[in-house]
Amino acid sequence: MFATLSDRLTSTFKNLRTKGRLSEADIDATVREIRRALLDADVAVVVVREFTGKVRERALSAEVSGALNPAQQVVKIVNEELVAILGGANRPLAFAKTAPTVILLAGLQGAGKTTLAGKLALHLRGQGHTPLLVAADLQRPNAVTQLQIVGERAGVPVFAPHPGAQGSAGTDQVDTGDPVAVAREGLAVARTRQHDVVIVDTAGRLGVDAELMRQAANIRDAIDPDEILFVIDAMIGQDAVATAMAFQEGVGFTGVVLTKLDGDARGGAALSVASVTGRPILFASTGEKLTEFEAFHPDRMASRILDMGDVLTLIEHA
Amino acid sequence: AGSGSPLGARLLAVLSRDHLTEDDWDELEETLLLADVGAGPSAELIADLRTAVRVAGVREPAAVRALLREKLIALVDPALDRSLATAPVIGADGLRRPAVLLVVGVNGTGKTTTVGKLARVLVAQGSTVVLGAADTFRAAAAEQLATWGARVGVPTVRSDRDGADPAAVAFDAVRTGRDTGADVVLVDTAGRLQNKAGLMDELGKIIRVITREAPLSEVLLVLDATTGQNGLNQARVFAEVAGVTGIVLTKLDGTAKGGIVIAVQRELGVPVKLIGLGEGPDDLAPFDAAAFVDGLLGD
Ligand SMILES: Nc1nc2c(ncn2[C@@H]2O[C@H](COP(=O)(O)OP(=O)(O)OP(=O)(O)O)[C@@H](O)[C@H]2O)c(=O)[nH]1
Ligand SMILES: Nc1nc2c(ncn2[C@@H]2O[C@H](COP(=O)(O)OP(=O)(O)OP(=O)(O)O)[C@@H](O)[C@H]2O)c(=O)[nH]1
Ligand SMILES: [Mg+2]
Ligand SMILES: [Mg+2]
Repeated sequence: MFATLSDRLTSTFKNLRTKGRLSEADIDATVREIRRALLDADVAVVVVREFTGKVRERALSAEVSGALNPAQQVVKIVNEELVAILGGANRPLAFAKTAPTVILLAGLQGAGKTTLAGKLALHLRGQGHTPLLVAADLQRPNAVTQLQIVGERAGVPVFAPHPGAQGSAGTDQVDTGDPVAVAREGLAVARTRQHDVVIVDTAGRLGVDAELMRQAANIRDAIDPDEILFVIDAMIGQDAVATAMAFQEGVGFTGVVLTKLDGDARGGAALSVASVTGRPILFASTGEKLTEFEAFHPDRMASRILDMGDVLTLIEHA
Repeated sequence: AGSGSPLGARLLAVLSRDHLTEDDWDELEETLLLADVGAGPSAELIADLRTAVRVAGVREPAAVRALLREKLIALVDPALDRSLATAPVIGADGLRRPAVLLVVGVNGTGKTTTVGKLARVLVAQGSTVVLGAADTFRAAAAEQLATWGARVGVPTVRSDRDGADPAAVAFDAVRTGRDTGADVVLVDTAGRLQNKAGLMDELGKIIRVITREAPLSEVLLVLDATTGQNGLNQARVFAEVAGVTGIVLTKLDGTAKGGIVIAVQRELGVPVKLIGLGEGPDDLAPFDAAAFVDGLLGD
């Protein structure tokens, strides 16, 4: 249905290949195709604009390489710029100097926070850590039960002093309890029981929900996390920027986790969020099972966003 | 000179040129892009609009915007039937069967919540409802649905163990609905990404097993309004596998506009029937084409 970027660039390059060097018009045509591919990959409009601007500038200033023809050079520039944004500050999880290390998870509804809590717990346990999961989502029906099951699967204890929203007939106003208190107590319990990592699961919230955003900030202030991970669904579209900014402002985050990368979304959100917040993407979540989780690979993501696997082979054929 | 002469033609072109600058046009296109309408459809819409503006001799940016609004509303098509089939059906055998509504979609879009909200609406309309927890995979999915059932006062049919066959649970729910003379059975399914063949096959099986007991009145695809261009892939594959009859666009209470449903509706002809506006039991509303377009254009 869609022509891939490779297809489009191939046809653009067909005209270029015969020429010795790229004219401004050639570069503009190429940049237009790249813009379109980025938009199709859900990269945010503002990021697309900045990115294509940079690529155009570099392509014009023609860093001449004997080995590559001009068309190849444009592709190379695009790839380098992508990886630079995505992996600019790639890093592993930061641990506290004195245990416990506190990790707070935040994000939109349904992004994959609770699942990630289990994945992180399992991953850390495998590295010899002794994590404690804290159930501070008292809002979404049975979020606490879900975390308890996930904790059991990960073989990691769950601190859940409050059952959260659970079915009681005829009650709309469920006693939601105080997630800030749960988080604070969770940290205290971790200290006395000598857990060296605390992972706090929170309710999903919208960027525009001022009240819930304040609650997230209160949780943060109560536990002073070493990492605040913003969990974002790889399928998200143009809303990625507004949402990332809202969470940045509302709770602040130290790193990003991209979820549902096992799908076929191109994942332009990765570029958008990394670009507008400057925060590194630490992990990729790649399935519903707790083991489906890995460190983030900027180069793979660059290929994915722009269909670059094919595009890079174009360098050879161009 | 006649309009056939070069000078006349040029004059005509100038006179009928719209007064919008390239920046104005870019801004309009950007509005569409930012709403997740997609690069292709946005470019097409703007090209159409430019022609229409020239033909109609519209000059004011505000009037051009109004024209765009009209075009979008026409695309979304207010005349489409967006009603939900929730009346019990009488089979060829003369027996009454509950209307069966199946809710499908990728992970975390709001399926279970939508089932809960929908049950609430149906109960308020005086229908008797049974919920079926055919998500036997995700941790605490059945509990979550049962909580919704308890909230709105309807029974939930579920398996007593995790990992049970979802088709069997769906079948049980429909059977229970039949036996108890319920009007509607709402079947919740596990989230599944459309590129996972095994999970899509499982959905096909759920449908085959259900339809042995009663026909499906609706298959609702739940799309998250924050979803970008992948939403079209989702709709394509779910439509093919499950015969989607309507879309529920959730999480419209946030800043996302859900513009992908324009492409979805255009390509698949499946209308958005309901929208989700929050996490509470009453946060479900019928889809309104004009209100949706106004949201999309940021008015
Ligand atoms: N395919 C896939 N599904 C995932 C992934 N991560 C999470 N999920 C699924 O996405 C859905 C939502 O995940 P949750 O972990 O409950 O998300 P959440 O952010 O905690 O949701 P709320 O608490 O409701 O805000 C579930 O069906 C998960 O199984 C992933 O990487 N890939
Ligand atoms: N703001 C908002 N949140 C919603 C809406 N609909 C659902 N949610 C929230 O989104 C999250 C996921 O909802 P679920 O109903 O569990 O989604 P699901 O599709 O059943 O998820 P899986 O079964 O894991 O695939 C929950 O936190 C819900 O409260 C909505 O319209 N607006
Ligand atoms: Mg959760
Ligand atoms: Mg569900």
